[in-house]
Amino acid sequence: MDTKTQAILDVKNLSIHFGGLKAVDDVSFHVNRGEIISIIGPNGAGKTTVFNMLTGVYKPTFGQIFFNGEEIHGLTPQQIVKAGMARTFQNIRLFGDMRVIQNVLLGMHTNTHYNFIDLIFRTKKFRTIEKEKQQKAVDILKFLGLERYVHDYPTNLPYGDQRKVEIARAIATNAKLILLDEPAAGMNPEESEELLAFIRSLASQGFTILLIEHDMNLVMNISDRIYVIDHGRKIAEGLPQEIATNKDVIVAYLGEEEMDEEEVENA
Amino acid sequence: MKIQNPLNLLNTKPKKVTALVIAVALLLILPKTGLLSPYLVRILTMISLYSMLALSLNLLTGFTGLVSIGHAGFCAVGGYTSALMWQYTGLPWVVTAIAGMIVAGIVGLMLGAPTSRLSGSYLTIATLGFGEIVKMIALNWQSFTGGPLGVNHIERPVFFGITLTTFNSGFFYLSVVLTALVTLVVYRIVHSKMGRAFMSIRDDSLAATLMGVDVTAYKLKSFIISAAIAGLGGAFYVHFVRFLDPNTFNFDISIIIISIVILGGTGSIPGSFLGAVLLISFPEILRFASEYRFIIYGLILVLMMRFKPEGILGGHSNRKLRLMKGVDTYGY
Repeated sequence: MDTKTQAILDVKNLSIHFGGLKAVDDVSFHVNRGEIISIIGPNGAGKTTVFNMLTGVYKPTFGQIFFNGEEIHGLTPQQIVKAGMARTFQNIRLFGDMRVIQNVLLGMHTNTHYNFIDLIFRTKKFRTIEKEKQQKAVDILKFLGLERYVHDYPTNLPYGDQRKVEIARAIATNAKLILLDEPAAGMNPEESEELLAFIRSLASQGFTILLIEHDMNLVMNISDRIYVIDHGRKIAEGLPQEIATNKDVIVAYLGEEEMDEEEVENA
Repeated sequence: MKIQNPLNLLNTKPKKVTALVIAVALLLILPKTGLLSPYLVRILTMISLYSMLALSLNLLTGFTGLVSIGHAGFCAVGGYTSALMWQYTGLPWVVTAIAGMIVAGIVGLMLGAPTSRLSGSYLTIATLGFGEIVKMIALNWQSFTGGPLGVNHIERPVFFGITLTTFNSGFFYLSVVLTALVTLVVYRIVHSKMGRAFMSIRDDSLAATLMGVDVTAYKLKSFIISAAIAGLGGAFYVHFVRFLDPNTFNFDISIIIISIVILGGTGSIPGSFLGAVLLISFPEILRFASEYRFIIYGLILVLMMRFKPEGILGGHSNRKLRLMKGVDTYGY
């Protein structure tokens, strides 16, 4: 089958310039339905900036983003979520003073359709929709093995489970494509092993996954294809084994200088 | 228990409904028993009024995270609208009060729109400025508002031929009804898509945006609803005291309202009632030292901020969240 027709996400010549800084420069990639695709690169390479453009936080300077065959350039984050793309965050951004189920319900915001009058008078429409959404939220949590946390506040959960709640919230948006921004960050080897299995199970459930990751073990084990970005430019793409032996990638990662692991990605 | 009961209206369990009916009946009969002096009835009315105002601010500050220290400005808009409409047209209170709510809501939109990109202390300063602007307009637009002389002998509301007074406890009943309605509205907003959108903005507005919440639109909705409720409170108050001048709703009132919200608990509906009971009854209980009441307010707030910044009933609850009937949580 032709890969282009399968592409759920097709990014062409994506660029963003902040003043003189080319944070992302002419990056193209595509993600096919059902794939697990990774974007890797050293800190500050522009990976999160790519995510921010995909989700509508930043407007690209040049380039096009096609999602499900439609150009999403210039859409608001709300419209992009509605179109079926949702993300998680590098540093967990759950709503700390809302219950876990409320976090998941918030993910359903754009597909919960009742108006102010319905909610004030608790019309049949409100009761039906609200009940249906609450049940769906509980079921999503159960699907991720989180149902025991329904009434809890996310800040009280173990780190790995907080990440899963973020994923639950993303799934709740009805997204078909889920962007995971460094899901293994801060996880110990067992947790990241568990995450690997979990991401695979998501893909087998019909979700398409695009992830940014630093954990090479995870990336090499899970990805169908890998894109490598350095200094805002795509320097390599291919199957995991090709990337592992790619000279440019090795230079970018190991380089002439020692890489500063502590450096916070500004993008 | 009396404080929390209005919320249980939504629980269909017959036992709780019975308890609520009894509580309401007691509350309504109480002023008629002669056990309460008009003085006490007046204080209860003020507690009820301030509960309503605190709920209104709680929606904006506690649930949406937008701190306003100019909330009395919305009361003033509602109060002036109602009083002047009565003065110029003689329309009954119900009509002028609704007009007060609408105008206050519009003013809420007018304040919210230009400040929607502000957050934290910048927004708070803007609300402070708003309160002062309302006061200055009331003071200087003499031909319309009466300027420093204000509006006098404002007519009391009349329902079915009965004029509400403090002596027939009419104002007390009216305030209880209004507060109950406001509580129901706020509760229903909080436990809906809208309330969740408000709270998500409070907790993390960027994450809210990326989950599909139109943050600006929901901030404006919060402003409009909060302002309209405050306007209703103002429209009630001016017909209660029958006098209104630019100082009726000054900065002190804004501070009392925000103090009630913070003391009772930001993001807690029962907290707004508890805060109102404590802060409104304190100056009466400590009448011998009433000039010091602001020192006591200050002291309480300092101690609260130090030891329980989320307020008495604020913060994370250990109780399960009430879900819609019939939602299966798999035993959790």
